Amino acid sequence: MNRTPSLVVALLVAPLALVLLWAFHEALTQPSGARLADLAETSLSRTGVGNPVTAVLLSYRGYDTMLELGVLLAALLGIWSLGRVSPGFHPPELALTAMVAWVVPLLILTAGYLLWAGAERPGGAFQGGALLGAAGVILRLTGERRLGLPSERAQRRLAIAGIGAFLAVGLGTAAAGLGFLAYPESWSKWLILLIETATTLAVGMTLAAAYPGGPPGPAGNERDAP
Amino acid sequence: MAVLILVFDLILVATLLGLALAALTSREPSRAATLFIAFGIWLSLVWARLQAPDLALAEAAIGAGFGGALMLAAARRTAHRATRGRGDEETEPDEAHPP
Repeated sequence: MNRTPSLVVALLVAPLALVLLWAFHEALTQPSGARLADLAETSLSRTGVGNPVTAVLLSYRGYDTMLELGVLLAALLGIWSLGRVSPGFHPPELALTAMVAWVVPLLILTAGYLLWAGAERPGGAFQGGALLGAAGVILRLTGERRLGLPSERAQRRLAIAGIGAFLAVGLGTAAAGLGFLAYPESWSKWLILLIETATTLAVGMTLAAAYPGGPPGPAGNERDAP
Repeated sequence: MAVLILVFDLILVATLLGLALAALTSREPSRAATLFIAFGIWLSLVWARLQAPDLALAEAAIGAGFGGALMLAAARRTAHRATRGRGDEETEPDEAHPP
């Protein structure tokens, strides 16, 4: 390994580590004061969901989550511009094929459960989407070149579904005079569910499509080189 | 009981740090990626112990599972490229193995 760059990296990382340690120390020793957690708990009933984590992600800080989806979209655009995908995997043996035939439907079912459970219990769109992406990765590992994904045109639409749903709802509430992403109380639960459903599909599709490391389409359909 | 839980927590933290060090210091990319997956799964245990099940789920699914899969694929690809680079000189490596 080259010595000089690693020394530079060490010199750059050391102050950062010190700052982090100081921040950690401050956070532990500061008097607690007003905590945001109490505030989040008290207005939980107005968000339409029972899980405070979901309330923070989709209601209190919906804007941040929307931008996170933008980051995922940008990452996918970068990966799609990389050129040819790498060779896939050999056709699997019988045991793996039989197992995958069970595992993939179970993963999709669990993703749906996590999406629905996210309203009241731990779960949510990103976890459900990650399971959908994992189903695609497992299909790819068994030699399925398309990872069970739809056509390229549908993939493009799915990739923007999450941020698109956020923007549509946000612009809708803004047009209604409530402000960007300020859900009306009676609709809150259903708007959050709508956004979460679109986000689950978008995250699942994005993660699965990111795995081959290249764009979809004809280049991905060639036979593997040994 | 409290002592047992403390011992359990100490083992959790020590193993987590050990896995992190092993992942950072291992020279072979695929070995480092495998250790990183183990680290991610162990970290999700730590999150569960800290009563943050949402984070534990996200860490196991995205951090360990998906990040690990991406890293293993990248490690496999660099290994692939290294073995091909040692063969014959080629400007366009993708042309070497026609479909």
